[in-house]
Amino acid sequence: MYKIAKNELPSLFRLIADGQALYLPVNVSGQVNFAAWDEEAEVDLDTLKTVKSPKDAFFPQSETLYTCRREEKKLSIEPEALMEESFTVFGMRACDVKGLEVLDKVFLSDPVDTFYAARRAHGTIVALACREPEESCFCKVFGIDAAEPAADVATWMTEDSLYWKPLTEKGEALTKLVSSVLTETDEKAVEEQKAAIRDIIEKLPYSHLSLEGWGAGTLSEKFDSPLWEKLYKPCLACGTCTFSCPTCQCYDIKDYDTGKGVQRYRCWDSCMYSDFTLMAHGNNRTSQMQRFRQRFMHKLVYFPDNNDGMYSCVGCGRCVDKCPASLNIVKVIKAFGEEEVKANV
Amino acid sequence: MQELVTRAKELLADGTVARVLGWKCGDMAYNPEPAFFETAEELEGFVYDGFCGANLSKYMIEAGKQEGKTLVFLKPCDTYSFNQLLKEHRVDREKAYIIGVGCRGKLDIEKIKKMGIKGITDIRGAEADGSDTLSITTLYGDKTCAYSDAMLERCHVCKGKEHKVYDEVIGESADTKDAERFAEVEKIEAMSPEEKFAFFQKELSKCIRCNACRNVCPACSCRKCVFDSTKFDSAQKANVDSFEEKMFHIIRAFHVAGRCTDCGECSRVCPQGIPLHLFNRKFIKDIDELYGAFQAGEDAETKGPLTDFTFDDAEPSIVAERG
Amino acid sequence: MSIDTSFKPKIVAFCCNWCSYAGADLAGSSRLAYPADVKIIRVPCSCRVNPMFILRAFEKGADGVIICGCHPGDCHYSTGNYYARRRMTLLFSMLDYIGVENGRTRVEWVSAAEGVKFSTTMNEFVEKIHSLGRNVRLGDLRCKN
Repeated sequence: MYKIAKNELPSLFRLIADGQALYLPVNVSGQVNFAAWDEEAEVDLDTLKTVKSPKDAFFPQSETLYTCRREEKKLSIEPEALMEESFTVFGMRACDVKGLEVLDKVFLSDPVDTFYAARRAHGTIVALACREPEESCFCKVFGIDAAEPAADVATWMTEDSLYWKPLTEKGEALTKLVSSVLTETDEKAVEEQKAAIRDIIEKLPYSHLSLEGWGAGTLSEKFDSPLWEKLYKPCLACGTCTFSCPTCQCYDIKDYDTGKGVQRYRCWDSCMYSDFTLMAHGNNRTSQMQRFRQRFMHKLVYFPDNNDGMYSCVGCGRCVDKCPASLNIVKVIKAFGEEEVKANV
Repeated sequence: MQELVTRAKELLADGTVARVLGWKCGDMAYNPEPAFFETAEELEGFVYDGFCGANLSKYMIEAGKQEGKTLVFLKPCDTYSFNQLLKEHRVDREKAYIIGVGCRGKLDIEKIKKMGIKGITDIRGAEADGSDTLSITTLYGDKTCAYSDAMLERCHVCKGKEHKVYDEVIGESADTKDAERFAEVEKIEAMSPEEKFAFFQKELSKCIRCNACRNVCPACSCRKCVFDSTKFDSAQKANVDSFEEKMFHIIRAFHVAGRCTDCGECSRVCPQGIPLHLFNRKFIKDIDELYGAFQAGEDAETKGPLTDFTFDDAEPSIVAERG
Repeated sequence: MSIDTSFKPKIVAFCCNWCSYAGADLAGSSRLAYPADVKIIRVPCSCRVNPMFILRAFEKGADGVIICGCHPGDCHYSTGNYYARRRMTLLFSMLDYIGVENGRTRVEWVSAAEGVKFSTTMNEFVEKIHSLGRNVRLGDLRCKN
């Protein structure tokens, strides 16, 4: 384990950013999101959750796949180059790191998504333990330990220092790169913080949420439940939950006419939108209720069905914080839980 | 609040209304959700407090398609939106029973969190007749904050506490206006083009194209939005180029110009805290200055400024002339 | 100020079918010159011009957009240009508000008999756009390379 004084962090960032891109939480007019570091960047490591999850660094909201150009009668097609340079994402939380594990299941299984795979291969993740978990967090429900993030490097922030512990080969390499600003220290320094974090997590209102009744093989009883018809009503059909989510992975592919050719790009899609999975014959989900149901069924039933019981929710709580109608996955889980209690009485 | 529940139960029981549209208590102190109630039992979950900022008038479009009347609780500013929807024949007055509810300003949980108050487990004092101070219990100790400091931006420039359309009014209101409605717009107008551009570029670069502003807007009631058209080569959901956000927000504000009541829902729901009201308010200010003071939703009859004209309106060149 | 001589502005002119398009015709048949940088798009009425058309033109690379219609009072559909006038005033004001240089957009009333006005208006407008330079604030990057 190593440490660096908090006021020395800019020199750490400078060292990392020398020769590679460094993404970390940056405050832009009042909102903290992951962005590329530069000397002027207003780095904010105190805000627990960025508005958008850091999945952007591996699976950008929009990315070009290839470009067709037309010059006179000549046509050319240029595939977009894959990521070839190393980059580092600093300050990811344990839940966000777990979110990547979910994305890996989707994009790294056959057929492999080469764009995503290239970014995963070149990205080094420095995770930051959650010093002050918040009321909307429920990572514990999915077995995540916010005090001990599993990444290439795990870090802990205290009042005056950042503690640094490489966990993988990539992590070791990064540590070597910045070794001039790190000093060696004892592992004990963060034990106290880890215990404190776990204490608070025990006390969080959502930490003991029961997932009973969800998971693989529960499709038939959940799908036809009359509860959905009630639950979806306040939903505005916006994409806030999907676009802030660290695990939502649906995307759409579109063509953009540049006047000199066509750029084919993909962009995140949201199951809340009316044109989600729209095909030539129409849409197979014609009502908002069906689209609303899709989101939760996907996270809590379909995904576990296809991935050995792994849920595609990591309990980061961004949707809990941000939904304009105050709907969220926790309310859905609770509503079904209550229904079951009623049914058993 | 109990008064509202009692009245709702009466109206349900005597068959005046078939359902009630209000707010349902959330699982935290600050997250009530808009909800339909159909029985007295369900109404036990009803809540009306400082966190009930959601404007329910747009939900009346869907409610109006159902059998029977719907009882809807509208705050003073929500009634403007309802009037505007009436004017556009999007809701049916006959199918609504409107109870105007008192309002002493609505709260913005984001503002509270921005004060550095984290891990909130309880908030007291947000009740409709609560105190001037919020007592907040958090995992990291107890905090307090003044009610007015935690109020939504829109409440500081409140249009007034008079209900513009209602069947009955229950509850007291308190004046919350303590800022000038156009002060922020004027501040931007005074900037140089470079500063203006930099300001909006920075704000709009945060946009994630979630469309929450559009979907919550009571004036955005088109059955199919132009931005959802598949004939577009730029998707409503893609943030490919900074131009797309600008186009979306300018066109959206333009589509509601003259119809926007300045209810402030767009700014309330934006997950990235973009001050979207600055677009709408600019149009309102221009309309007021060029075509005479106009407040959308004041009534359900007056012609809107963009569906009207006079022979001696200003020429578009006025924009450059007034500098 | 140095003038970029390589700069060939792209200008879109929306002309109403009944007055301004005929005015452009007259300018042509009267052999009045106006720059070839101006691309005319014929619309049934100036009020057919949706604000989105203007932004789309800028998106796809226009440096200036001008809307021409019948003089107020002379609209083929009686009142179309009065509505257009209000709309364009508000839109231009909004563009100014977000920091787009004043002068990239313009409305001019040109009748079918005003070939001369059409030509001088276009000459003036092209000159104005020349002085403003390339449109960098509005426009999609993807269309630029």
